[in-house]
Amino acid sequence: MIHYVVLRVVAKLLIPFILVFALYVQFHGDFGPGGGFQAGVIFAAAFILYGLIFGLEAAQRVAPPEVVRVLVAAGVLLFAGVGVATLLLGGNYLNYSVLSADPVHGQHLGILLIELGVGITVAAVMITIFFYFAGRTRS
Amino acid sequence: MAVVMLSGIYSLHSAVILLALDAVDVAFTEAAVGAGISTVLMLATLSLTGSTERERSGHTLIPVIVVVATGAALIYGTLDMPRFGDPDAPVHRHVAPRYIEDSPTEVGVPNMVTSVLASYRGYDTLGEVTVIFTAGVGVMLLLMRRRVKSGDGDSS
Repeated sequence: MIHYVVLRVVAKLLIPFILVFALYVQFHGDFGPGGGFQAGVIFAAAFILYGLIFGLEAAQRVAPPEVVRVLVAAGVLLFAGVGVATLLLGGNYLNYSVLSADPVHGQHLGILLIELGVGITVAAVMITIFFYFAGRTRS
Repeated sequence: MAVVMLSGIYSLHSAVILLALDAVDVAFTEAAVGAGISTVLMLATLSLTGSTERERSGHTLIPVIVVVATGAALIYGTLDMPRFGDPDAPVHRHVAPRYIEDSPTEVGVPNMVTSVLASYRGYDTLGEVTVIFTAGVGVMLLLMRRRVKSGDGDSS
């Protein structure tokens, strides 16, 4: 689809907004609608759109598969790591109140971190699945 | 092809319905996953598969038995569930009122969906993320190109 000018221009215009919207959904999830899962999917959708229009190789230059593969695990580890951190600070597993002197502030911090973990894993898994589907040739 | 397109449109409509029901978080997910990514993946699958089914050999009886038994067990499990939309169902009486009353002071996050998902039910969300992780690993294992071993050709 590299030769379709309209598609290329529209995609180039849209992708920055999709990415910014994903970040907004990610970090504003405690106040407005959204959260890690939605943000991860929207973030991945931007990369998938790029891959559809400009080809798989261009998308893999932007998001190298090795890096994405590491991120798949990194998100889960971040989530579980927050749980371990709360254990070490003397609370129950995933009880974020102990993360800060002020329990409510601790809850905020914990939710921010675990939503980030969710977002990273979801985005990385979606991008990886797309890469594997798109990279497979018909047998 | 038309079916894939229709299911994408259906998902988008469902997202609008969810939006009208004030479930914005779910509507987001439906629009992004249902209308966006799964449509792309379905189209990718269509382009990878042919229009005819490969002749298959061997038994199909054991898979049928497994599927029917699992389905029967699942249906049996739904028999003692409360009626759909029952206001006295445990889900509306047990912890939901406590979350609604205490969440603003305990967690202090204005979006109660986030406070329930991320804080009160953090274990469940961790489990969900692990499921997504496992799904990703599964797709990688299934679709990974097999390494060509010393000239025995590409097997796929």
